[in-house]
This record gives sequence, C-alpha cells and structure tokens, in this order.
Amino acid sequence: MKYLDEYRDARLVKAYADKIMEITTASWTIMEICGGQTHSILKYGLEELLPKELNIVHGPGCPVCVTPLEMIDKAIAIALTPGVIFSSFGDMLRVPGSTHDLLSVKAMGGDVRMVYSPIDAVKIAEANPDKKVVFFAIGFETTAPANAMAVLDAQRKGLDNFSLLCSQVLVPPAIEAILSSPHSRVQGFLAAGHVCTVMGFEEYLPLVENYRVPIVVTGFEPVDILEGIYMTVKQLEEGRCEVENQYRRVVKREGNPAAKKVMLEVFQTVDRNWRGIGTIPQSGLSINEKYSKYDAERIFNVDQILTAESRECIAGEVLQGLKKPVQCPLFGKRCTPEHPVGAPMVSSEGACAAYFRYHKQSDFA
Amino acid sequence: MGLACPIPLTDYDKILMAHGGGGTLSHQLIQKMFFGHFDNELLRTEHDGAVFSFGDQRIAFTTDSYVVRPIFFPGGDIGELAVYGTVNDLAVCGAEPLYISAGFIIEEGFSMDELWRIVQSMKSAADRAAVKIVTGDTKVVDRGKGDKIYINTSGVGLVPPGVEISSQKIQRGDKIILSGKIAEHGIAILSAREEFDFETSVKSDTAPLNHLIKKVLETHPDIPMMRDPTRGGISSVLNEIANKSRLGILIRETEIPIAGDIRAICEILGLDPLYIANEGKVLLFVPEAKTESVLHILRSDPLGEHAAIIGEVVNDHPGRVVMKTAIGSNRIVDMLSGEQLPRIC
Repeated sequence: MKYLDEYRDARLVKAYADKIMEITTASWTIMEICGGQTHSILKYGLEELLPKELNIVHGPGCPVCVTPLEMIDKAIAIALTPGVIFSSFGDMLRVPGSTHDLLSVKAMGGDVRMVYSPIDAVKIAEANPDKKVVFFAIGFETTAPANAMAVLDAQRKGLDNFSLLCSQVLVPPAIEAILSSPHSRVQGFLAAGHVCTVMGFEEYLPLVENYRVPIVVTGFEPVDILEGIYMTVKQLEEGRCEVENQYRRVVKREGNPAAKKVMLEVFQTVDRNWRGIGTIPQSGLSINEKYSKYDAERIFNVDQILTAESRECIAGEVLQGLKKPVQCPLFGKRCTPEHPVGAPMVSSEGACAAYFRYHKQSDFA
Repeated sequence: MGLACPIPLTDYDKILMAHGGGGTLSHQLIQKMFFGHFDNELLRTEHDGAVFSFGDQRIAFTTDSYVVRPIFFPGGDIGELAVYGTVNDLAVCGAEPLYISAGFIIEEGFSMDELWRIVQSMKSAADRAAVKIVTGDTKVVDRGKGDKIYINTSGVGLVPPGVEISSQKIQRGDKIILSGKIAEHGIAILSAREEFDFETSVKSDTAPLNHLIKKVLETHPDIPMMRDPTRGGISSVLNEIANKSRLGILIRETEIPIAGDIRAICEILGLDPLYIANEGKVLLFVPEAKTESVLHILRSDPLGEHAAIIGEVVNDHPGRVVMKTAIGSNRIVDMLSGEQLPRIC
C-alpha cells in the first residue's frame, strides 16, 4: 500500500536500527508521547532492535487512559439518563469508571452508541429530535478540531439536542509537567506527529529552551519511529537540544491554521485533571461561554459525583514513564483487556494493553 | 435452599455484545457456562460440529444462528449466509453436507417481499452447495422485539472413511495453508452499515467450501485439521487450535493474502484484519510433504485461487500464536478481546 509499505520496509528498519547502534555511546531515556507510537513500538517489537543503552519509556499520550475518572462517571450518569443517546469512540466504552463501564450501561438498557466521528453523532441528533444526543469529546489536539466542527455543524443545523461532554487535553503542558517533576528521568522526547499536524511545532520551542531537551516530531510507522529515535539520540550524543521534524511529509511548522481556528472558536483553555497524574494547569480544553448550550456538563446535573479509583493500579506511574506495565502486580493477573482495572489496559493505545497483547511474556525467540 | 447448581462465575452479571463476538469473552462464556455444564466427550473436541458414529457411518452434526445486520449486504444476504455457514461448519469437520434445517424468527411487520428474496437466496445457496433443506420452523415475535429476521440452521453430513479432523492430530512442522484473501466478509458488512459513509467495491466472500474441501480430501484424506475462520478472524481460530493442541503456531505477515482495498480500510479504521470475519475461507494444517499438492488443488478452484502457505506449527511458544512482522520482528497474535464488529453473521 503506497505511503505505508515504504515505512514498514524491513531493510530501512534495519538500516536505521544499525545507525542508532552506531552512534549510541551512552545510556539515554527517551519518551514517546503518543499512544499511537506506543502501539507501533510494541506491535512491531521495535525495542528488540535498539541498543540496550536506550531506555524507551511510554508517555501519557493515550487519550482514553488520561480521561479522568470523574468524567467517565459523569458519562455513565448521563448515559443512564432517560431520553439520552450517549455516543462515543469505541475504546471509551470499556474504560472502568468507579463502579462500571459504558458498555455495561448499554446492557442495562442505556442507549450507548459507538461512532467513528463526532459528525456522526450530530447526524444521530438530527435523526432523533426527541432525544438528547451527547458525544464524549475526549482526546488531544488531534480530535479537538473535529469535535469543534461538530458543535459548529449542530449550530448551523439549528439542533438544540446535541452536546459534548468535553474532556480534551493538550500535549505541551503534559510534557512540561513531566519535565518539571523531580522524578523525571526523560532526556528526550518523540513528539506526537498527528498532534503537530494540527498545531505545528512552534509551541515546543520554549520547552526545548527552558528544559534543554531534544524534541523530535515523529510519525507512527516503524521507519518513522526509528528515524525519530535516531534523530533524538544524535542530538543527545552531540549535546544539542532542538525541535526537529522527522514527520516532514505531514507536519508543517505552523500546523493547520484552519483546524486551529475552529478550535479557538469553540474551546477555551482550562486546568485539567489527568487520570493517574493529577491536575495540570492549562492542559485541557472545554467549551467556551459562546457555545455553552452545547456543553453537556452544563445541561445535565452531574456535578455531585463521588469517584473511587483502584488503589493498586499504577497507571499514573506508567503514564509518566516512571514504570513499565509489567512492573505492576496486577498486570496480566487481575488486570487484563477483558477485565481492566486501569484505563491503560483498555485502549489499543494504552501501554498496558499493548504490552499484554504483543509481549505478554517474553517466551518466544 | 434448593439443590440447583450455582451460576458459574463470570466477570459480568449481564450479557454484553462481546459475549457473542467470538473473542475472549465468548470463549469464557462458552467454557464456564455451557461446556462445564453440558460436558461430554463430543463437546470437548471444541470443533465447529460434533462427529459421532451411527452404525458403521460417521455423522457430523452442527448448528448456527444468523443475526447479521444488515440482512442484505454486498456479496450476499442472511439467507445465503445461513446455508453456507452451516455447510462450511460441516465441511471443516471433514463431512460431506447432506441435509439442513431452517428455523426462522421473524419480527412482526417484516416485509413479505424481503422474506421471499431471502427464501429464494437460500434455495439457490442450497442448490449450489448440493444440500437439501429438509425441515424447519417459523416463529414471529412482536414488533420491536427482534430485528427483522434471525435464522438458525442445523446440518448433518457424512464423514468419508479415513477422514478424521482433529486438533490433536496436528504435528510440529505441519504447514498452515489459507485458501484466500482475508477480512472480506467483515469489511463488506461494515461498509453496508448506514453509519459508515464510505464507498467501496468490497464484497463478502460468502461461499460454500464443501466442494473445494472435498477435492482436497479425495486426494489427501489424512489432512489432520482445518477450520473456517469466521467470527474473530484467522487469529481467533489459530489461537483456539494452538491452545487445544498445545503446539506453537508461527505465521508470517507478508504471506497472508489480503486485498489492497481491504488493507486500506483496515488502516483507516484502525482494525486488524487478522481479527475480521471471513465466510468463504478455510485454514488447513497440512504435513509438509503434501503442501504443494494441496496448494495446487486449492489454486485450481476459483474459491482457492489465492491460497497461500501462511505459516507452520513450531516447537516454540506452545499454545500461542506468534507472527513474524513485515519488518522481521516477532509479535504475539492474541485472541480477539471484546468485540470488533458486532453482528457480522
């Protein structure tokens, strides 16, 4: 398949792996931010190809994993409200809330629907004028423009039965939170290619400046990731720290101005709680005053929710790159994709699910 | 207190869609709820049908229900699927299918015209597969209590002398042959759903495999194992076989036949084609010395023209399926967790 097979080419992969081996003289810890990259690294077993000196840690870039528990409990409360059609991306349906998940709400009689796009949720609202249709707007800068478009689409169509339960998050504040933590060991970052497709990479310049770490905007295929790691290691070995762009075929410095414009129109920046990590200042987006009638949190009375997080789950440490999934006592025992205790065991982009799925045990050659 | 058996422990107190998805939850339900309670030596083989002796004949018996949505889809419909699905389950038991039953559960208000189309389609499917529909049942449920129409078919067939299909007969070194391109049925159903607004020319691969399998068995009656990889895709079937035989399975990503457009749709939607349903494909485990001959037989039939060797049975990682990826690394191919696409058959 054109534009994909070139980036899964075994010879190119080997060539980059060899080049990384060649230039690595010290041990380095590099974090890939994006869950899509985590998935590729595990799916293709890329760590097998890297020198032992390189420690690749997985970051907080799985949107399903970082969506706070109280948001999932709010989603469940809304989905259980009579007259509501609750729509969401598929992965979100299986994330455990305090007592159950959205799929169980469906089995209990709630109208919970999986959609592939928020625009489809708008269509559901159009077709069901007597129902309130809520879309669970989660994700990073990648999903924000489409979710904003859905609000604008609903407004254009004059729909007053559509709203977003909004839990959008932003990457640069999360990187800053990791870098400013005294526990952080991360010396270089692979930035998320798709986030930068929307936002560009100018907002990473101050991070590089202030924290002296290389940040390389990186794609998602094996060749992309290895080239991104190569560029990061090269900077580290040469004592440089710059923002570089591996994902040149997609990402432009200024990003996608049209997408940024719709985000600015509908959303405002707010402090956001990240599941397992805590509140990060100015790290989230919520619906602004002008579009408040599309904000499900204001429409439904769901403020008084008590949450209860599992005490044993180490998702927070996994998401900050402090521990690997296999270091969790629950991993593969009480916590499996069928019966997840923590959110990273749910989504295909979650580090725990990726480890479980592709590298349960290292009992094969 | 009565003496009733306690409900077997499962992780959920209500049935989820994933319990019917052909993945891990389906297996847990079947293992814990059904196998444990109905337990007998035929059930324990965990094949697509039961094979038992009657006089000096060996009979294969199977049943399957069809709840596919939509009922008409590119490349087929629920009626045809109901006939071929049961025919194929018999065929992979090594049997020559003879007779099938048809049970209809119809929702009040369902269009008579659509029912007629389904009946015609079942008749021509039965003719193509050379089976007779010999008994049946019709029930109607209140409007809103069903979704148009569900069909159950059961079937019987005769297993020829010398044929014995069993995961216990697989040996290390056996090659794994797949009869054609994967994931066509699941993607065709997906593209026919109203919520997916993309245009494709993808058609379901729904087809009767009995004639093709018969040709293979006529030359090689000692084929140890075969299965049709329907719900849960090739990964689920390979995992079941690895698990049951306690042998390791190694497959190679680059050898698995798949059409370019199917791959593209899977990439866009984030679906793994290894987990997507097929309705006209068979996976065969073949001793190495016979692979060329089996491939030749398969490839000379239109239903098997894209047949390929996708892997083999190995000494390592017993009970597990591992795939050599396109870039040369290894990855575990696990059983489907949850549901990828509900109600595809």
